[in-house]
Amino acid sequence: MNAKPQQVLEVKTPRPTFAFEQSLEATQDAVREALAYFIDQLSTLVLPQDDLETVELVLAETLNNIVEHAFADQTEPGFIRIRCVCQRGVLYLRITDFGKAMPGLMAPAGSTPAMPIGSDELPEGGFGWGLIRTLTDDVSYVRSGPMNALTLQIALNKG
Amino acid sequence: MKLSAKTEEPLQIVTVLENRIDAAVALDFKEAMRQLTENAPERVILDLSAVTFIDSSGLGAIVATMKFLAPARTLLLAGLTGPVDRVFRLTRMDSVFTLYPSLAAALKDQVGK
Repeated sequence: MNAKPQQVLEVKTPRPTFAFEQSLEATQDAVREALAYFIDQLSTLVLPQDDLETVELVLAETLNNIVEHAFADQTEPGFIRIRCVCQRGVLYLRITDFGKAMPGLMAPAGSTPAMPIGSDELPEGGFGWGLIRTLTDDVSYVRSGPMNALTLQIALNKG
Repeated sequence: MKLSAKTEEPLQIVTVLENRIDAAVALDFKEAMRQLTENAPERVILDLSAVTFIDSSGLGAIVATMKFLAPARTLLLAGLTGPVDRVFRLTRMDSVFTLYPSLAAALKDQVGK
């Protein structure tokens, strides 16, 4: 009797997923350090400079907003947690904190501030969400009990 | 916030000596600029060639400086690196400021005016 030829199972190795987590104190100085660490972690992905700049700016604006708004009027700084996953050319950032909810339980639309003619009326702020919206491909915000969870998607290598 | 300044009437050149103008230093930057430019001549050139990162707080601090100087004095920006230039374009602030690719270009255009 001939032995049945052994069936060769081709096991497809799943594409490795790049993921890491980090957490930081909700202070402006900690944001600066966290960004440096974050960008350093991304170095294994060998991303184009443009993408690195986009990701750093988006994350900076997001974290600064949390420090300035979610944790405004707190005596002790809270914590922010970042989970970063890169899959099929998309960078997913999930950023959570236990600070105050976003007004209206919605992420701001981030329209670019209107440009007045006189320089004394020029806005000195309000650019943050405009930048986040422009530089990301998707934004979703959920308030879950005491927690804010913001998910951002950035498509990489768009050239 | 490390800045250096020199005045050659009617220009003052302020050079940023750090590579980030972010939320952590925006207030410092604004205050340092206010002090340095208190007796500034009519045109102030801010040399940003060392700066490789600016966020919306840093941008706000530059706008605040411009407003502090106005209306008698003008703030001109020189030496914007790629990422800094990008933030100005994305927020349309490139249409509000006069931007020069380098300090040399700014001086060439401004000296003798």
